[in-house]
Amino acid sequence: MFSFLSYNAQSVLFSTFLLGMAAGVIGSFAYWKRQSLMSDALSHAALPGVVLGFTILGEKNLFVMIIGAAITALLGAFLIQWIRSSSRVKEDAAMGIVLSVFFGLGIMLLTFANRMPGGNQSGLDSFIFGQAASMVSKDVWTMMTVAIIVLLLTVLLFKEWKIFLFDPSFAKGLGISTAGMNVLYMATLVLVIVVGIQAVGVILMAALLIIPSVSARYWTESFKIMVLLSALFGGASGMIGTFLSTIGKGWPTGPFIVVTAASVFLISLFLGSKKGLAVVFFQQKKQRKSMELVKMTREVEQ
Amino acid sequence: MEPVLTVENVSAAYRKNEVLTDVNFQIKPGTLTSIVGPNGAGKSTLLKVMLELHPTITGNVTFFGETYQTAKSRIGYVPQRGSVDWDFPTNALDVVTMGLYGKIGWFKWPKKEHKHKAMSALKEMKMQDYANRQISQLSGGQQQRVFLARALAQDADLYFLDEPLAGVDATTEKAIMETLKMLKESGKTVMVVHHDLQTVEEYFDQVLLLNKKVIAHGPTSKTFTKENIMKAYGGTLHWMGEKR
Repeated sequence: MFSFLSYNAQSVLFSTFLLGMAAGVIGSFAYWKRQSLMSDALSHAALPGVVLGFTILGEKNLFVMIIGAAITALLGAFLIQWIRSSSRVKEDAAMGIVLSVFFGLGIMLLTFANRMPGGNQSGLDSFIFGQAASMVSKDVWTMMTVAIIVLLLTVLLFKEWKIFLFDPSFAKGLGISTAGMNVLYMATLVLVIVVGIQAVGVILMAALLIIPSVSARYWTESFKIMVLLSALFGGASGMIGTFLSTIGKGWPTGPFIVVTAASVFLISLFLGSKKGLAVVFFQQKKQRKSMELVKMTREVEQ
Repeated sequence: MEPVLTVENVSAAYRKNEVLTDVNFQIKPGTLTSIVGPNGAGKSTLLKVMLELHPTITGNVTFFGETYQTAKSRIGYVPQRGSVDWDFPTNALDVVTMGLYGKIGWFKWPKKEHKHKAMSALKEMKMQDYANRQISQLSGGQQQRVFLARALAQDADLYFLDEPLAGVDATTEKAIMETLKMLKESGKTVMVVHHDLQTVEEYFDQVLLLNKKVIAHGPTSKTFTKENIMKAYGGTLHWMGEKR
């Protein structure tokens, strides 16, 4: 597939496919933890870390920037929890505060970093909207490794994830540490976000986490299939979006991924076999018809 | 006989409000005990504290002479029905299979034998016809029976149930009480948070009257007296005066 593309472009496509899969999986966990918005807050909170990682070294080193992103994203997560538990501010407001403050801080740092020697050419801007084309082979490998680890963790711990999401207090009684699962969930979520932001961008990373799982919900009543579909939708969105963005020079990747994911969502919303609008419409029509039939036979009998 | 459960000097709080104060009691094996008390008496909190789902301020809980952590494979818990999201995409058999996750072990997927075991637990609750039904499509009573079947699949020695009869139909109530009596007869111990004072005498051989502390505890016939009930509920329970 895509054999007309260069080896580098092919590997970027494949890595965004894997990243999309990992994001789809973690996104469906976030969906059932009712924390979809949390992923948005975390990806925005990663920006200052990325820029700080660059500023400290003075050059673009993906590993250091990822560490920086992870630190500020986790700090953001911690702040949300802390604001919620120690004040009367509710979680949604806490997320709104952290999201905007960290993002603002990131943009501020970015303006400074861009004035630094070499800052302008560093491609730091690509972290905002994503620029898959700017990825070098080391970035591709990092992204693939993380995505594969996340997918493996999902398969190996599938039943643990399931009970943890459905009934955490019962899980605890079975000897599954909810605190441990929470840490693992948070760690994988942050990991997927920070390796994904170079390709997708901090602003739109959340879309790749949220939209595939919501779309998958329209097709199934099984958790296993929902996770699988969400992974496939995420993977397809990642790959197709990246491909589309390579058509034009300098086109950002994130928006194309989001538009692709949104198309999948629209199709699911209307045609989804479980509660898709079309299915619901025809079911109701059928029901109405049979009701009318019952009414008619009754009238005839009278 | 050795008690299966010993609760000593347990106190617990939500934020700064103390909901349990110096709670002490022991439960003998093979008993069917109801925990009864007014709203906010700390009944559910007591269960959560014993199962380490809520922290204690002081006190000690032991099961079979051991800590919760070592004894937990012998303990089954049926949470309140409202504690989970029934929209979760899964079916009845799958939920019951969750009761076996501890036995299946880490990293492994449930096998056919586990599904069989889960099926026989569903059968015990007369829910076998609903095995493949989406849990969101079950009635409240059916959901409660699925929850109890899941606990049965755990094959525990000591069961805790939080309001299993709240808002369920008569068939479910009957099925649940039959199962609990059967558990008791096979030597298991059952503790139930219960809200319906009218059925306490009929259903349970032991009663624990609770209102932040233990008001009275013992065989229902001796303990479930008008005096003790009034003590637990304060003066708010006028209709009981007519009954007795």
